Amino acid sequence: MSIGNLPFVVAALLVAFGIYTFLFKRNLIKLVIGVSLVETGVNLFLVTLGYRTAGVAPIYTFAPEAQRMVLPTPQALTLTSIVIGLATTALLLSFAVFIHRHYGSLDVRKVKELQG
Amino acid sequence: MTALTNHAPVLLIAIPLLGAFAVPLIGKLGRGARDSFVGLIALITAAVAGLLAASVFGRAGAPGLYVLGGHQGFAFPLPSGMSVPIRIILEVDGMSAFMALITALVTLTASFFSFSYWKERSGGTMFYALLMLLTAGIFGMELTGDMFNFFVFLEITSIAACGLIGFRVWLRNSQEAGFKVMALYTLSGLFVLLAVGLLYGQYGGLNIAYLASALTGSTIDIVALGLLLTGLALKAGAVPLHMWAPDAYGEAPAPMSAVLVANSQASLYGLFRILFTLFGVTISVAALGWILIALALLTIFVGVTMALIQNDIKRLIAYSAVSQIGYMLLGVGVGLAVSVAKPDFGFVAMQGGIFHMLNDAACIGLLFLASGVIIRATGTRDLNKMGGLAHSMKWTSVLFIIGAFALAGVPPFNGFASKFLIYEAAFKLSPFLAVVAVLSSILLLAVFVKVFQAAFLGAKPEGLQSEVPMGMMVPMVALALVVIVFGLFPGFFVDKIVTPAANALWYGRDAYMSLVLGGG
Amino acid sequence: MNSGMSIIVRTITRLVYGLALVFGFYVIMHGHLTPGGGFQGGAVVASAFALLLVAFGAAGVKGQLNAHLLQTLEEIGALAFLALGFVGIGTAFFYNLLANSGSLFGGPVVPLGPNPGVFNGGGMLPLMNWAVGLKVMTGIAAVVIAMLVGARKEETE
Repeated sequence: MSIGNLPFVVAALLVAFGIYTFLFKRNLIKLVIGVSLVETGVNLFLVTLGYRTAGVAPIYTFAPEAQRMVLPTPQALTLTSIVIGLATTALLLSFAVFIHRHYGSLDVRKVKELQG
Repeated sequence: MTALTNHAPVLLIAIPLLGAFAVPLIGKLGRGARDSFVGLIALITAAVAGLLAASVFGRAGAPGLYVLGGHQGFAFPLPSGMSVPIRIILEVDGMSAFMALITALVTLTASFFSFSYWKERSGGTMFYALLMLLTAGIFGMELTGDMFNFFVFLEITSIAACGLIGFRVWLRNSQEAGFKVMALYTLSGLFVLLAVGLLYGQYGGLNIAYLASALTGSTIDIVALGLLLTGLALKAGAVPLHMWAPDAYGEAPAPMSAVLVANSQASLYGLFRILFTLFGVTISVAALGWILIALALLTIFVGVTMALIQNDIKRLIAYSAVSQIGYMLLGVGVGLAVSVAKPDFGFVAMQGGIFHMLNDAACIGLLFLASGVIIRATGTRDLNKMGGLAHSMKWTSVLFIIGAFALAGVPPFNGFASKFLIYEAAFKLSPFLAVVAVLSSILLLAVFVKVFQAAFLGAKPEGLQSEVPMGMMVPMVALALVVIVFGLFPGFFVDKIVTPAANALWYGRDAYMSLVLGGG
Repeated sequence: MNSGMSIIVRTITRLVYGLALVFGFYVIMHGHLTPGGGFQGGAVVASAFALLLVAFGAAGVKGQLNAHLLQTLEEIGALAFLALGFVGIGTAFFYNLLANSGSLFGGPVVPLGPNPGVFNGGGMLPLMNWAVGLKVMTGIAAVVIAMLVGARKEETE
């Protein structure tokens, strides 16, 4: 069955929501969630690139005969991106923990000592 | 020795990685073992970088190929007859070797400076691990020939750089800076990944040479180019995406600010590689060149004017570093704008912009190391509170003057050589560009005269400061020697190392592609 | 996070923990044949550790997971990965020296499909999967423990 453009639309929506959250929310954790949403959108976009209509998973062991397979390369790209997103989110959250310890609040407007 | 030269591209990435992973284990044996191990890794990396540069410049900058995990002929025909190169490759041409030299210089001096820096504090083991991880990432960005591999190394450098910025967790400003910079770096990396995904979805390959041969100028390609430009310009620190730069350079420990500048230059190299080799002639390069020139002028001007009003010495040097990125963009932008007709002054502009990368790395490195020494001696970063250091720290004041004058473009230092090339070529394209560039250099000189007067001249403070220890002096003297020697013999160095690099970008697109795709 | 969760959660965790570990190791081990591999399996094992931490609280797990041991194992995993990359340096970095080299690793060419008797058709890949899996599981567990300890220190201040 053909999926049309739906996954691409969803990926674009996720990226847009993520950027909106990052720009307009005030809590530090919500900023991290915004970055994570953008990552999710990009990962979905990458996985959808490999889809071929009526394709099966790209595994050779006991694969059905004469079947089209989806591309495995975008899956490897997405996996790498997920790993990088894990490390990034861990670092961002560690910084958020330390900021809370120093400043006492997670509000972006109160964490603005570096200006100019 | 030939085996070492053959494997040099991958060794340049693998040896710092080995150092980064092994340092925590060796750190358990004690501080001396750890310092000597880090020094050994830094020296070996610099030697391999020199070997690689010698071999590449020895064959006049022709690109060399290194296939990870396979023999040379790695493109095999698929059942449909399409032949796509599938392995991850490292392709080293003149520009990559030049950037590798810059990175080796900066990280070597920063590592040796850090030894004395961390003698008085604890916790240095993780610092060295992050520093070597950052080094491996920067080398990876500069040597790779594969778009997704470039993205992976870009993210490695982002994470390691932000770890270094927020390293001193007891300082509240560094945590705030670390958070902001990490969020912006991540977004820039995601833009780059989106662009790589768009290009892969269109053409089915990730290899830079393969994409260069398969590109048409369709709308999706232009979108991908815009995303790449935004992401990489954000990471390089071009105005109007520069807001993270003063926080990042200002809050990192002093030797790390120099390596962060190398990080920004590596993403600038990525931008040049994409504009010249990947997109090359398939898009309207004149319009793109003028966009770069506009960004460059903004960066130069805003960087210098913001530096004028700073009271904090590290943020001041950070803003001047931002403005110097503008000079590199100006030189290469002028070259890009005229790269279809290829007049002579376009090549001179490229030479100036690329030479300025090396000069800027050396000068800014020297200035950041000197500022680290000043902060250590006076205990404050505020220019109004320090003074009178020239009485006791004569060597540091001389080195600071050398770095400042070289950055502002005063002869006979190396900054003058590269800036003069940029002025000359930009004047031929449009006199307004040269006027802005020259005026900003003069303003930069004024900025540094103010800094020198505030920090070094004036009454002798109470509590006599002693001269810095030899461990901190030697890297600064090494950088100053680079500044002086490159300033006294610019022609020699421009011929030997800058011209092959400029050639690789200006003329070398076909050689780059044919090396991978098998010569036509 | 000083105290854990209710008795129901703790009982189920005791039952599920071993299964999760075994499943994670299976995903690491069969990475070259079925979906999975080093990172995926390592993340599953690390999530089992995290489940332990959430269910029993930091105090309950103190004896079980030692942060220093985790860091040392993480470095060993990373060094093993790099060492495996250097093994085939005669041809290239990351060269798969063991694949198609006879005896346990299959003849000159390993055909597609199930190959009884070929112990390891992928050559170096499963070894690299193990190294990466070790690094990821200990690394993520170390990160989770570090964040937990950081949050706890803040509560007691």
